[in-house]
Amino acid sequence: MELFWYIVLMGMLGMYVVLDGYDFGAGIVHLFFAKKEKDKKAITSAIGPFWDANEVWLIASGGVLFFAFPTLYASSFSGFYLPLMMILWLLIFRAIGLELRGQVHNSLWESVWDKAFGISSLLLALFFGVALGNVVRGVNLGIVENGVSTHEAHYFFLPLWNATFSPTAEHLGIIDWFTLLLGVIGVVTLTIHGANWIIFKTNADLNEKLKKVIFRLNFVLLALVVVSLLVWHVIEPKPFHNFIETPWLWVFPVITFAGLSGLFNVKRFKKDGQGFLFSTLFLLGGFATTVASIFPNVLPSTNDVNPSLTIYNVAADSYGLTVGLNWFVIALILVIIYFVIQYRVFKGKMDDIGYGDH
Amino acid sequence: MEDMLFYDRMQFAFTITFHYLFPQLTMGLSLMIVYFKWKFLRTKLDIYNDAAKFWMKIFALNFAMGVVTGIPMEFQFGTNWAKFSELTGGIIGQTLAMEGMFSFFLESSFLGMFLFGEKLLGQKLHFLTGFLVFLGSWASGFLIIATHSWMQHPVGFEIVENGKFVLNNFSALFSNPWLWPSYIHNQLASLITAAFVVAAIGAFYILNNKHSEFGKLFVKTGVLFGLAASVLVAFPTGDWAAKNVVEHQPVTFAAMEGIFETVDGGSEIVLIGQPDTENKKLDNKIAVPNVLSFLTYQRWDAQIKGLNEFDEKDYPTNIPGLYYAYHIMVGLGTVFIALMFVAALQLWRKKLYKTKWILWALVFALPFPYIANTTGWYTAELGRQPWLVYNLMRTADGASPTVSAGNTLFTLLGFVGLYLLLGMLFLILVGKIINKGPETAKV
Repeated sequence: MELFWYIVLMGMLGMYVVLDGYDFGAGIVHLFFAKKEKDKKAITSAIGPFWDANEVWLIASGGVLFFAFPTLYASSFSGFYLPLMMILWLLIFRAIGLELRGQVHNSLWESVWDKAFGISSLLLALFFGVALGNVVRGVNLGIVENGVSTHEAHYFFLPLWNATFSPTAEHLGIIDWFTLLLGVIGVVTLTIHGANWIIFKTNADLNEKLKKVIFRLNFVLLALVVVSLLVWHVIEPKPFHNFIETPWLWVFPVITFAGLSGLFNVKRFKKDGQGFLFSTLFLLGGFATTVASIFPNVLPSTNDVNPSLTIYNVAADSYGLTVGLNWFVIALILVIIYFVIQYRVFKGKMDDIGYGDH
Repeated sequence: MEDMLFYDRMQFAFTITFHYLFPQLTMGLSLMIVYFKWKFLRTKLDIYNDAAKFWMKIFALNFAMGVVTGIPMEFQFGTNWAKFSELTGGIIGQTLAMEGMFSFFLESSFLGMFLFGEKLLGQKLHFLTGFLVFLGSWASGFLIIATHSWMQHPVGFEIVENGKFVLNNFSALFSNPWLWPSYIHNQLASLITAAFVVAAIGAFYILNNKHSEFGKLFVKTGVLFGLAASVLVAFPTGDWAAKNVVEHQPVTFAAMEGIFETVDGGSEIVLIGQPDTENKKLDNKIAVPNVLSFLTYQRWDAQIKGLNEFDEKDYPTNIPGLYYAYHIMVGLGTVFIALMFVAALQLWRKKLYKTKWILWALVFALPFPYIANTTGWYTAELGRQPWLVYNLMRTADGASPTVSAGNTLFTLLGFVGLYLLLGMLFLILVGKIINKGPETAKV
């Protein structure tokens, strides 16, 4: 049962990364590459009817985490207190940037909310990468000082950074050079992903330029991924142990590299949706590879005193997990129906159907 | 430790109070917009569709505010109340996860279609999307109140050796005697807010001599919805809710009503008075003898337990706050019935649109349903204190063990600043929409 809910949760988070990922990416593209009003409008209309539902995948994942793995929810949300609060504030800024921009027709007003939307998208992409970095690096569970736990074995607290920005320091911080590296990978990946979405869903003049941007950024991404693999041993001496024990898991890294290499053909794609498909493969493959590398851990312990949090020691009782299956299956079917309706109603290029002109 | 708990509580209280200003309008207004759309489909009169479109603009802004201030609520269970989440997550996590899966996906998928898809979808499907958004928002309220009801009156669980609350009866969460009275009471209260807002804007248009046709429609609709909801919120639903408190939380009931001592021969109902918890008495009291006994047990001489019957460590933490919250809610509720009754009477005599003082009263009544809703929730929440899970887990035992007071104060201040900005923007933009007024369909 624990394994089932773990797969559900990771599947939902994967959906979130892909869906809200293109929203964040669209925000970053909006910030750096969209200069003309027409391009800006095309970008916001490309995510307009979707972003709210995309964000629900995060909220719903949080709900499933809460009910299926309450100890992990309690431990990680209190331990990562400050960055989570900042993510909340950024989500708020981003949403009001999108919603309020069109309320007043004034260029100053519009540019303020454009910046709010763009900058918070950028920072969110960075923070989510950093968050993933924190999860794989692990934390000082139980807050062990001099070999003694100062708190219950599954609680911890991290400040935003420590003096050395080192992932191996005794007192860890949220931001160190390793987690920051994953944060930067997050930003680059989502920029590519968002650009692909814009190409897919709009006829913007910007699209030709975005193809060049994707092509160049893909080299950066490849370089960053190689660097991260070279330094990964710093946080985990045996990063491939799960893949050696369970060889079918190699499918994830293979998907990741298929996505990455496919994107180099961006200028030759026949259909506008192809790029989005490849960046989706890269995102899902990368996410799955990363979480699979620490399985069954969900939050590793960096000390020898307290054990890592695994899906087995943080899960709810079996009755709750079993009974939850009933409503979850019904809900999931409904969600898929809504999803299909939503993407069928708003299919094709958003500027063709005139979304947003009302 | 004391400080930490204080800031944790302040942050939750502040963010939930601000948050709930929006969903209460969302839930009530979605029903009224669905009503306008339905009238339009039935009568084909454009004014109903234009009315729906006007309120959808305010609805869209209000909904967005509700969403962005709602996300911090779900986060805070984990960030600030980690111990509570750890021990009860297997139970309240069920209803909260269901809210995400059943209601948020429904609302968010169809809101975009509802707001921007009228031409794309055609009138019947557009009505349907509006109905689905309404359904989603009411489902959300239901699952939140199911969660709330479990904390007030825990059911369907056992406590295992490590102190964890383990679910053993899923359906009990929904047959909880606390749930249905609270839910219906709350939804009616939410409808009151929407009805008063619609009536207030309508009265403003009539008095202003702008958009008067819409003004009349808004006042009429607001008054009829408002009268029905104001009556039903008090009786029978408010009565049901109070009887739940009497039965399951008698010490809370004594504090709410300001009853310090048990008296023989029936208890008085306190209308006004200031509780003095040091000397255990009410100052400047105005009370009606025996009425409380009658309302509670339908016998004039029934005995009501006073605070003196209970252990002081189980007293609600803030007795005066609880007492005032409850009395403000009940007092305002009574005024709402009176105002809506007089307005409906004038409407029936076809004189309402010319009776200026009632129109002014409707305009100035606008903030009060918000206050009544808020104090109603304060009554429930302060009434539950000092418990998180009534009689089983104290609030002091539920906070996050590793988050310091300084960090919580930092984020509390952040929320205060951010929400001040949000509140101002919301008022400015809604003011702009109201000032512009409804637009008539082009012929």
